[in-house]
Amino acid sequence: MEAGTRFLEIDDLQKRFAQTTAVEHVQLDVTRGEFVSLLGPSGCGKTTTLRMIAGFELPSSGAIRLDGVDITRRPPNKRNVGMVFQSYALFPNMTVAQNVGFGLRVAKRPDAEIKQRVEEMLALIKLPTLGNRYPYQMSGGQQQRVALARALAIRPQVLLLDEPLSALDAKIRVALRNEIRSIQRTLGITTIYVTHDQEEALSLSDRIVVMNEGRVEQIGTPFEIYNFPRTPFVASFVGTLNILRGRVVDSAGGRIMVDDQEIVAAHGLEQARAGDPCSVALRPEVVSLGETGGNGNRMRGTVEDVNFLGSIVRIRVRFKNNAISLDTFNNPRLSPPRQGQSLTVNFPREAVLVLEPPSAG
Amino acid sequence: MAALTRGRLGSWLIILLGAVYFFVPLIGTFEFSLRYIRGRYSLEAYRIVLADPRFSATLTYSTVLAVATIAVGVVLVVPTAYWIQLRLPRLRPVVEFITLLPLVIPAIVIVFGYLRLYNSNSVLPLTGTERTTDLLLMFSYVTLALPYMYRAVATGLRTIDVHTLTEAAQSLGAGWPIILLRVILPNVRVAVLSGAFLTFAIVIGEFTMASLLDRPAFGPYLQLMGANRAYEPSALAVISFAITWACMGLIQAFTRGAPGQVAGAR
Repeated sequence: MEAGTRFLEIDDLQKRFAQTTAVEHVQLDVTRGEFVSLLGPSGCGKTTTLRMIAGFELPSSGAIRLDGVDITRRPPNKRNVGMVFQSYALFPNMTVAQNVGFGLRVAKRPDAEIKQRVEEMLALIKLPTLGNRYPYQMSGGQQQRVALARALAIRPQVLLLDEPLSALDAKIRVALRNEIRSIQRTLGITTIYVTHDQEEALSLSDRIVVMNEGRVEQIGTPFEIYNFPRTPFVASFVGTLNILRGRVVDSAGGRIMVDDQEIVAAHGLEQARAGDPCSVALRPEVVSLGETGGNGNRMRGTVEDVNFLGSIVRIRVRFKNNAISLDTFNNPRLSPPRQGQSLTVNFPREAVLVLEPPSAG
Repeated sequence: MAALTRGRLGSWLIILLGAVYFFVPLIGTFEFSLRYIRGRYSLEAYRIVLADPRFSATLTYSTVLAVATIAVGVVLVVPTAYWIQLRLPRLRPVVEFITLLPLVIPAIVIVFGYLRLYNSNSVLPLTGTERTTDLLLMFSYVTLALPYMYRAVATGLRTIDVHTLTEAAQSLGAGWPIILLRVILPNVRVAVLSGAFLTFAIVIGEFTMASLLDRPAFGPYLQLMGANRAYEPSALAVISFAITWACMGLIQAFTRGAPGQVAGAR
């Protein structure tokens, strides 16, 4: 990334709490107007990273620069960074309009300007008539939209969202997700979004930062993260993936031995040596039942489990130490395979994703 | 059904017994206060009490002192309880213990301590003049009311998500004074008012400290009247109860329908 395009720079950020390292060497450059999600399981350091950007936590080392200005040690109320919390955090003693106008009132803006901005924001979140309500008189989804309006009202340089949809039910979550994305695009505001929900991250983001145990595992577009996961963790965390563990037989030819059966990866083994342990990933949608012609991979195994899920039948096939799951469409004219039945699965060489070994501590 | 009726009857019986226990002495006191004129009921005792310039003087003095105590108590307790909840939760048991001490240590011990510490020969001779003694009395009332004020405020703070509200306000540009005055205090308003009214009730009737510091407060006046008159003390007791009950009623009135505490942000 060119220096000129960087808007938010996170440079070798670390955070230690007593004996625990919550965030380790996080490096991230975000361009102006970009929507970046920090994705990972609980305790992976994504919220701590966000809180350091917001100024609620001081980094143990590293730097945060916003538009070229070092804000690492700047107090949260001097950063001009908007924040939306999982629990909405609306001020219960204030009406919706007072909540939205709070930041502007703190900044001592003129009353007329505050009134106009509040109306603008309420229109943006499609709640123009609810300015006089109190938070407790609103639904969770409405409260979160007000929280978003409140964060945006101060015209922050960066918008931070900490799992804003986690407390909402599924239907509202999807609707609000789309609304957040639409508002972000309309305003062109640089946004950092923390979530543990891969679907949210994939559908919202320009780029995703997958984190695990305080470290960044992979940064990429949703397309890259889903289709080309670089580590076993990313592969297993984003989408459903089958991980097969084996040993390299011939790196030039991409040949790998998995449970005494040879498969071929179209690429990804260029740096490996024969005998090296290696992990490969297969999306369930690329695996089919039966033999195939051409240069596809074939593996023979035993049906370990069959789950009937309505329109889809999920079949788990075990080889020896490894197993894969594949989904087939339910066909009433064909009965699904039985448990213990021996069968062959096939998948293209291009679909075999060679994973990087997990980085050392 | 019969068991249910029996249970309900039992509850009513207990309530009735409690009411009798509490109200009979009060009714008796009230009835006695009306007997100033032999042979008929009258409000003469009340007229005499209300016409006594010492009544209004001592009541005014205690009211002013109570208001000052409440103001100092709020300024001292709200930021302390807030900071304990926000940043120093480990200190909570220690602070709670300290705030409970005035309940354990008798007022007479505290006031003798003050007299030794702040007498006219000490480094800080607060008992040297009337105004500084008033100040000392006010601070001693703050100490006396601490268990009630601290507990009320700490409980109020526990009903709201102090951390997130603070961070939300910070992210919107607010500094500590604005966070405390515009975000935290309004959301613990009911708790602060509860603490304030309890403080008021305590200060209005307090005797030991005011008497030993020789200040013209309502408590010593009550004692003086009680020692020298027959019917007026009963009238004063009823008036004191009325003041206390008015405080309790105000707590109830303010507790109802306060938007700040109906729905916490948690």
